[in-house]
Amino acid sequence: MELLSFGDTGWGDELFYATLMTIAVSITAMLIGFLFALIFTPLKLSKNKFFNFIGNSYTTVIRGVPELLVIYLFFFGGSGAVMYVASIFGYNEYIEINAFITGSFAIGIISGAYSTEVFRGAIQSIDKGQFEASQVLGLKRFVYFFRVIMPQMLRLAIPNLSNVWQITLKDTSLISVTGLVEIMRQSYIAAGSTRDPLFFYSFAAVLYLLLTFLSMKLINRLEIKYSRGF
Amino acid sequence: MITSFPKLLSATVVTLKLLSLSLFFGLFIGLLFAILRLNKNIFINKFAYGYSYVFRGTPLLVQIFIIYFGLGQIEYFRSTFLWVIFKEPYWCAIIAFALNTGAYTSEILRSAFQTIKPGFIEAGKSLGISNKIIFYKIQIPIAIRQSLPAYGNEIILMLKGTSLASTVTLMDLTGVAKYIISTTFKPIEVFIVAGSIYLFMTFVIHNLIKFLEKKYGYS
Repeated sequence: MELLSFGDTGWGDELFYATLMTIAVSITAMLIGFLFALIFTPLKLSKNKFFNFIGNSYTTVIRGVPELLVIYLFFFGGSGAVMYVASIFGYNEYIEINAFITGSFAIGIISGAYSTEVFRGAIQSIDKGQFEASQVLGLKRFVYFFRVIMPQMLRLAIPNLSNVWQITLKDTSLISVTGLVEIMRQSYIAAGSTRDPLFFYSFAAVLYLLLTFLSMKLINRLEIKYSRGF
Repeated sequence: MITSFPKLLSATVVTLKLLSLSLFFGLFIGLLFAILRLNKNIFINKFAYGYSYVFRGTPLLVQIFIIYFGLGQIEYFRSTFLWVIFKEPYWCAIIAFALNTGAYTSEILRSAFQTIKPGFIEAGKSLGISNKIIFYKIQIPIAIRQSLPAYGNEIILMLKGTSLASTVTLMDLTGVAKYIISTTFKPIEVFIVAGSIYLFMTFVIHNLIKFLEKKYGYS
């Protein structure tokens, strides 16, 4: 137990901060994912063949390629790409991107592909009559989307989004390969310096279980809130 | 880009070996735990639920690390005959993958077993067929048909999961891709080649499952 004490002698505080880092990366990645979903869901639903193709290739490629490969692409290629863009604007110094940003971007793109599929499914299962009714009532497109579609879509999407959240949370463990100190990386460091990998990796597993368990409880409450009246 | 292609292709063989072996063992584990889940004894039931909850609630990376780095730490374990298997990263990865996919497969099969209409089993019983034959000849074929689409997804998830073998020194497709990236600093080109190989494999698996669904489907 003294291995987990807070302070200089134990790994308790380090693991605590690492857990906060995992939560921070997961939330950032999930939000970046929503941003991607906001762009690609309309593309996937669009009638234009070209837009449709772009939307479909995004979800197919990202969901068909291992997460680790995407992370390696961002880790090794990220700063190169940013430097290339910067060189267009006349900035030629070396730029190193923070591991947090690369990591949450890589996981965000992956999580975005899953969110896109969830939103597409949710929007498609909304009754066509809703659209016709709002046209008859003369609602503006903006009002129609935010007041009619969104509330119904969220109710349908939340159970599946909770799956996406679980996937995203577990995927953040892969960012440890880039050196960002989250649960997995901290356990690796602790296991290396104490020569007690069994304890620390098992403890990491417990931390992840705790995170998934608590977030499920939270999401269940949201689900009840949004399914009022059904 | 062209010179790296043969290296990546030979690494694909490693990935496919890992995938097929872990799916093979995982299917048995999944079937076993699905049957345990349907058991009426509450302890057996809870044990099977706990297994699938733990393996589905933690990242695959943690599971591999516990098996590969963690188990070797136990002094007693090193002296048993099992150590011959567990000292190899190859078998550790396969054991971790099999246990992981087993947990997901057990959930898929359990829900498939539960959706079988009681009428099928009753029909078998009224014809005087023994419980064992009802299980093998009625319940299992229907469960397989029910679970094919979900199992197809699981195969694709597992294909992506095998990329984690590269974290325990195995040179699978992702491992070789990473090695080439870190030596040549051409991340985008290597990503395109390795990514296309993965996409091709998911495409083949997807169509294979579609074909099987049509073959064994109701209509």
